[in-house]
Amino acid sequence: MPGYDLQPRRPSWGIRVAARKTRSTSHPIILAPPPREAIISLNQCSGSPAEPVVEPGEKVATGQPIAKPVFPGGVGIHASISGVVVAIEERLVFSASHSTEPCIIIRGDGSDKIWAEYQPIDDPLSLGAADIRQCIADAGIVGLGGALFPTAKKLSTEQTIHALILNGVECEPYISCDEVLLRYHANNVLRGAQILMKGAGTERCILAMETDMPEARVAVHEALEILNDDRINVSLVTAKYPSGGERQVLELVTRQEVSSGKLPADIGYLCQNVGTAAAVADFFATGRPVISRIITVTGYGVSRPVNIEARIGTPVAELISIAGGYQGTPGRLIAGGPMMGIALPNDSIPVGKANNCIIAVAPGELSDDQPELPCIRCSECLHACPARLLPQELLVACRSKNMEAFETLGLMDCIECGCCDYVCPSAIPLTSMFTLAKTRVREAQAEQQRAIHARQRFEARETRLAMLAEQREQELESQSAEGITTSKIDELMARASGQANTDPDVDPGTNPGTNPDTHPGQS
Amino acid sequence: MAILVMSGLAATIALLLIVAARRLPGDKQAVVEQLNTLLPQIQCGRCDYPGCRPYAAAILAGEAQINQCPPGGEATIQAIATLLELPRLAPDRSFGIHDALTTAVINEKDCIGCARCLQECPVDAILGARFFTHTVITDECTGCELCIPSCPVDCIRMSMRGAGAPQNQS
Repeated sequence: MPGYDLQPRRPSWGIRVAARKTRSTSHPIILAPPPREAIISLNQCSGSPAEPVVEPGEKVATGQPIAKPVFPGGVGIHASISGVVVAIEERLVFSASHSTEPCIIIRGDGSDKIWAEYQPIDDPLSLGAADIRQCIADAGIVGLGGALFPTAKKLSTEQTIHALILNGVECEPYISCDEVLLRYHANNVLRGAQILMKGAGTERCILAMETDMPEARVAVHEALEILNDDRINVSLVTAKYPSGGERQVLELVTRQEVSSGKLPADIGYLCQNVGTAAAVADFFATGRPVISRIITVTGYGVSRPVNIEARIGTPVAELISIAGGYQGTPGRLIAGGPMMGIALPNDSIPVGKANNCIIAVAPGELSDDQPELPCIRCSECLHACPARLLPQELLVACRSKNMEAFETLGLMDCIECGCCDYVCPSAIPLTSMFTLAKTRVREAQAEQQRAIHARQRFEARETRLAMLAEQREQELESQSAEGITTSKIDELMARASGQANTDPDVDPGTNPGTNPDTHPGQS
Repeated sequence: MAILVMSGLAATIALLLIVAARRLPGDKQAVVEQLNTLLPQIQCGRCDYPGCRPYAAAILAGEAQINQCPPGGEATIQAIATLLELPRLAPDRSFGIHDALTTAVINEKDCIGCARCLQECPVDAILGARFFTHTVITDECTGCELCIPSCPVDCIRMSMRGAGAPQNQS
């Protein structure tokens, strides 16, 4: 087969887990109807939340921009349904801390009227790289693998890119949205890849796929033959968790590692999720910005596990009802996969651009929390760790809050995949401890920055005060040269020092009007 | 013979090193700078020195102990002890106790615009002018509490950092 690397890449790290994907891959993707009410979080892009450009009460059409980015390189948000903006308020959203975020709430009018300015772009491959990146940014496209990094910003790297890596390695159990996308829309993904290659200025693309998705491989092969683009190659990766992480897939496909603190672009590779490529192709073909994404709704707690193309902002409950509703005794609801996912507090939470999977877990389906036992130093965790860290040493550092050891042991390189938790015979919750420790390190770094800032301000103030004192001195000298008596100088000196100490009786009229540099608030 | 040569060599080198250490002044200013970066830069003056850098200089001059910085707490003591190769000390509570970070908040309803707190703030984090209401630029405030005694109407209080500006009490 042309363009096929048949030798699967086998990682030395990672764990084998039951994939449990076939239940949700047996149906084609279901197109969900627009929800009655869309709750669109303003946090749909890594970085700070977007700023709304609509007001409550305003009518919006599907695909209309409703929020703009606050920092350069960010992307905006588009209305996923047509209707009326009923509120912009804090709502409970999908997040680790079960916190609320500002959301735009649109009540649908049922017509799903499409925004008039929504036009396909003919022949995208004739556009320049910068134009392509601008279009991608306008379409609100972010990394749909879950990181939500703005795609256009990632493409506009200054490094020379040898190849674009399309990540179709969906290593986490249960999740199958990328697999069905490749199975049913392989040509879309490949067309997106062509546009992304153009945008990144590279002439090579490697589509990484897992060995356990044969149907998707066939579909990709057929699409490649029709497309007849020999720049796109397919590389196979053994199904092992977490080979789908950005750094992990890169290591497997290129046999090169990204150093700590560096980005894949620093060694000349760009990694994009296949869903992102499909979103790019969709936008150029139809003019449709990111208003929906494919979400796997699965688990033994739903009667008909399925992949759904749902509008952004659809509540989880509506997706569950498309998947045949709950069955049996309800257990937990997990957003994301069973390894890295987050338990949802209820099913009224809306889905965002980052959500790839909703699992309704039946009781006993996934292992429950077990009592934690002491570490027996079996070093299973270090064999499993895909970042090649020493989790048992990190555990000691976490327990003793040893910030220096965090740095030497590379805590910040932990990808929080949960492999160490999975293999730990003592059931130590290592990953959550590392997550917490990483937060601590980030706080300490922020504190360090703040201290530097405070020092600069303090020094600036010292310089200013010294300058003012010198000016005053010079004035006194010049006045004494004009023949003012010593007693007059003493009086002036007393007044000057009185001002410095903010003598309460100082009349504002005697304020140092002679100091033109003095800022009113900082005299 | 070999032993004599080696020990003679060692003695000469030792002598040279001792002379060099006496003659060449260590870069004191650089050490003060380094020490200063370890301090929390609150500039509160609770160490009895008018700011973090003077305290750093005093430590190096042997005038101050390394445990006089309440905002830094044990972490700062540890860092200084490691840098200067001194034994760790317990925090000296007579200078104050280590507590959560705070920022100053001016109750704008009570502020009379006397401009006294403006002079006290070591990082110019209070915005205002005489006869105009003052306010604290929360992002710049280090929580040194130096503005509190200067207020004649007691309208400044400390609030937990990150709690956001609380509503002014009526």
